[in-house]
Amino acid sequence: MHGRVKLKSTAQQEEEKRKEREKKLKIYVTARDAVFAKRKNGMLDDEALLLTQQLLSSNPDVATLWNYRREILLHLETIREEVDVQKMYEDELSFLESCLKVNPKSYGSWHHRGWVSARLPRPDWTRELGLCDRCLSLDDRNFHCWDYRRMVVKMSGVPVDQELQFTDRLIGSNFSNYSSWHYRSTLLPLLHPESPEPPSPCHQTHHSPPTSPQSHSHRVCEEQLLKEYELVQNAFFTDPNDQSAWFYYRWLLGRAEREEMISCVFVSREEERVAVAFSRPVNVSSSGLMLVLDGQPQRVEWRSVHPSFKHSPVCICELPPGTISDITNEHNLTVHWTEKHTHRDCALYTGRSVSWCRDSATDQELFRSELSVEKTSVLQSELQSCNQLLELEPQNKWCLLTIILLMRALDPLGYERETLSHFQTLKEVDPMRGAYYGDLCSKFMIENTILKMEYAEVRVFSLSDKNLTTLCHLDQLLLVTHINLSSNQLLRLPPQFAMLQCLEVLEADNNAIENLEGLYHLPKLEDVSLKNNKLSRLSDLQPLASCPKLTRLDLRRNPVTQLVNIESELAELLPSVTDLLL
Amino acid sequence: VLHVDRRSYYAGNWASFTFNGLLSWIEEYKVSLQAGPSDEAAQEKVEEGEEALALSSLDTSITNVEVFCYASEEPEEVEEGVKDGAAAAWSVPQTPDSEGEVERCLLESSSVEEEEADEQQASPSPAESQPEPKKQITYTKIVKEGRRFNIDLVSKLMYSRGSLVDLLIKSNVSRYAEFKNVTRILTYRNGKVEQVPCSRADVFGSKQLTVVEKRMLMKFLTFCLDFEQHPEEYQDFSVHSFWDFLLTKKLTENLRHFILHSIAMVTPDVCTVEGLRATQHFLRCLGRYGNTPFLFPLYGLGEIPQCFCRMCAVFGGIYCLRQSVRCLVLDKESGKCKAVIDSNGQRISCSHFVVEDGYIGLDQRKNVDSRQISRAVLITDRSILPSDSEQQISLVTVPPVEPGSPVVRMVELCSSTMTCMPGTYLVHLTCSSSGSAREDLAPVVSRLFCIPVREEGSEVPSVLWALYFNMRDTSAVDRSSYDLPSNVHVCTSPDAALGSDHAIKLAEAVFRQLLPEEEFCPPAPNPEDIIYDGEGPQGEGPGFEEADPAEALPSQGEVESAERQEEAEDAGETGDVAKQETVAVAENEPRPASEE
Repeated sequence: MHGRVKLKSTAQQEEEKRKEREKKLKIYVTARDAVFAKRKNGMLDDEALLLTQQLLSSNPDVATLWNYRREILLHLETIREEVDVQKMYEDELSFLESCLKVNPKSYGSWHHRGWVSARLPRPDWTRELGLCDRCLSLDDRNFHCWDYRRMVVKMSGVPVDQELQFTDRLIGSNFSNYSSWHYRSTLLPLLHPESPEPPSPCHQTHHSPPTSPQSHSHRVCEEQLLKEYELVQNAFFTDPNDQSAWFYYRWLLGRAEREEMISCVFVSREEERVAVAFSRPVNVSSSGLMLVLDGQPQRVEWRSVHPSFKHSPVCICELPPGTISDITNEHNLTVHWTEKHTHRDCALYTGRSVSWCRDSATDQELFRSELSVEKTSVLQSELQSCNQLLELEPQNKWCLLTIILLMRALDPLGYERETLSHFQTLKEVDPMRGAYYGDLCSKFMIENTILKMEYAEVRVFSLSDKNLTTLCHLDQLLLVTHINLSSNQLLRLPPQFAMLQCLEVLEADNNAIENLEGLYHLPKLEDVSLKNNKLSRLSDLQPLASCPKLTRLDLRRNPVTQLVNIESELAELLPSVTDLLL
Repeated sequence: VLHVDRRSYYAGNWASFTFNGLLSWIEEYKVSLQAGPSDEAAQEKVEEGEEALALSSLDTSITNVEVFCYASEEPEEVEEGVKDGAAAAWSVPQTPDSEGEVERCLLESSSVEEEEADEQQASPSPAESQPEPKKQITYTKIVKEGRRFNIDLVSKLMYSRGSLVDLLIKSNVSRYAEFKNVTRILTYRNGKVEQVPCSRADVFGSKQLTVVEKRMLMKFLTFCLDFEQHPEEYQDFSVHSFWDFLLTKKLTENLRHFILHSIAMVTPDVCTVEGLRATQHFLRCLGRYGNTPFLFPLYGLGEIPQCFCRMCAVFGGIYCLRQSVRCLVLDKESGKCKAVIDSNGQRISCSHFVVEDGYIGLDQRKNVDSRQISRAVLITDRSILPSDSEQQISLVTVPPVEPGSPVVRMVELCSSTMTCMPGTYLVHLTCSSSGSAREDLAPVVSRLFCIPVREEGSEVPSVLWALYFNMRDTSAVDRSSYDLPSNVHVCTSPDAALGSDHAIKLAEAVFRQLLPEEEFCPPAPNPEDIIYDGEGPQGEGPGFEEADPAEALPSQGEVESAERQEEAEDAGETGDVAKQETVAVAENEPRPASEE
């Protein structure tokens, strides 16, 4: 009947689709073969451009085709007028736009766009920024676009403040976006650098667009910081489970880097040895360490405390035999760290067998690098905000962890009890990361113990029965003579343990230690107690043989004691040990 | 399907009009509809064993129509005297009430004069980017640009996961329309219009909430999203009201207002579960298409019924406007309706008859429900809450301005919705009536707008033109309250709710009665899969079989059986299927908004 509607059947539709696909495939394969043939013959002409364009518009992910295209364009560039080159590349850009519509995450298309933009005689950066904005509004996590955008910003010198507004916009529409927060963290130090520099950001940036944020200070002036705290608090109060905001917050709170310096120089007459501790691990062979003894540069060989480290925060060297062995002489040492243009002196007075020189370490210098806002009041008010959030969300792990960090920055010893209880909650609400929290807690407990030791001005480090799962900050223990690590959950004495160059007595009973790697060439170690551990093979005890002064060893309740002939084997391995308990 | 309508436009009370079209509509309701040919003429067509059942020839669903014009009628654009000229009412004498409002408005204006000086120094504000005072929009301009308006009689929004959107998608009818997201939810609180933070991004960006409030709100909303999973949180409140429940939650007064009025959009006395469910629905609709839960069709809500009509027409439905069904012909024996007689005296036989409530006479009603909807339509000169963008579509919830006054829902449309001319805003106010539309709504209008034109510098938008009317709301009337043959199906009028669920449910119910075996609104085929006469093999598409030969398709005036699903679709959407006009479908297809 007139005007009635009929429908094609499913079979008809299928058949049509199949034919369509076949046809497409045939065209594609023909064009592909033609392109490869042309490239083989070194033909760099318009026809090849056209063919690759056809192929790439249906499949923009063939890198070879893009490469061929670039070869052609480079060739055409040499034989054409500038006007035509401009036109050629502009056409390329609009072609690329159509490719990006097919696949907005095509590596090939974005890379090619970057290449074309850079070669364009008169680039239109505003247009490119507009393109990025469109792409990011469709998918604000398209990292290809973020990369390209960075390049455009760099090339066109977009003022930093404008870029900051751009991140404002993106964060406003969706704050779960690491890219935006991170971008912000690179812009803020440029736009609002920490005083005393007068803030004249726009002028600076107009003249010299920032090349790399890394080359600048990471610190942000306090006024801006307060605004940022507010912004990020809005985010984590709105959604405390969104980690992007928390990570940004941690970045805001912890901007300081420790000053690079020689933190301690230790010299021992008996071993004729110098040990130097640095604020960060150094490469022994390439950091340019120089030892000057009584005004004379010494030819010494620096090495790390353990052969497994190339980088180490503690380095040692032996002085030429006899240079300082006479106890009636006074010596002045200077260690130069030429790479950093810094040095430290140390005087070895008459009648002293050892001497050291170091800063009296305070918590500020040692452990606050993670969170280091200068003003306590600021941290205090941040802690209040987080506690407020914790009241509403007592199970929120991000909040708990941040509170712990804030408390550490404010008063690590004063908040010790609360910190431990928060760690306990953390392990309960986030059991998957129990081991991580255990290690972190160990780290903080070690820091606290170091602080207590410093305040007491002793060389005894005692940290028993504190659920330690790992050891760290051992470089801070360079001068320690007695250490007690009993009744913890340690599995090993790691190579870093070799930094305890002054250690005489080690107690590490009731752990689960099965490895003694770190007891390596400890020159003064005399007494080692390892009762009730998991040492099971004779070879596990091998490192002890490198400690020349070891006389007392307690291995009771270790599997190794069950081995046959253990006594005689040990006597052979450790001839210096006179007092062996099995 | 034959679709006859006594009106000259589609969709009855669901229609939308250009400004000039609306003026004609207003005129129509000022004079009662002309009586048609006498019943005797119809009686001639009634045969042995049949009886006639007359339909009401008067549409009484619209009442209390009042129009006020505050825009200057001067064709000259003169800066001086704008105020004087503007106050003149257009077709209704100025009432003491509105004179009072004029005074109040003047007072307000003088109080802001001091700020004016500052503002002039300030960088361009949204106010200044709007037309200069001398370019004030005159009535003449509105009439001249009248075609740019598409003014809906019914003001609703589409929940982005509501039954209307689902149906549009499922049936492919969505292809005939385009939509915009409502951009913000506003509320009137403590004498101010405020933005309601409802999405995650809104809460994050809100300047009016403290961080603790942000957490409280997010926590409560997150709970609502799957509240069924946490019965322990609310089961103790199953007999209490939602408001009582909110009071026990850690929510500030601020937040309770937002949740109750703007998110759940319920009255304080609804039960807890109902409030939670309303909140949940709102939240589930968030983020599907944008930052609010709502869509609005470009060119107005009146597009939607037309889209369904168009789909029906594409598949063979016949539409006749300006032609009325005068009476039904009932078979005395079976009591069923076997034919209708139209206003030209033509007899059209049918197997089913779907009719809008407004055609049913008092004799066929067992009881009378006198519920009404109060409506106001305003044309204003600026947004109620100016922002960076002039192109905002806002839903404004207005809780009772005084104890006992109604909850008013307001929708402010900007010109990019294609419902008003650039430089103006179209504001719809809706509430369930307690009095006349003006009695119900004028208090809200006078609080939120200036009448007449604002003095320079005032932030309050001025009303250029206002229309008030009441529309009868028969949505709660049950089929059993009509004394009608079983094959006559009644569509009720639009309801007062924000969504269209009621209409969709009704359409489906009617369709089930007509064709219990068929799927409701199956996906319409893609255009490329349609074979027109003479092209290709005659594939048989499901649901599109030829009409029963016994009921040959209409040459005009011939009868139609209601056997196609499309009929029910627009039964639900348009509210009245029994409408007339002898205009061929092809010439009278609804205007394809999306192609403009």
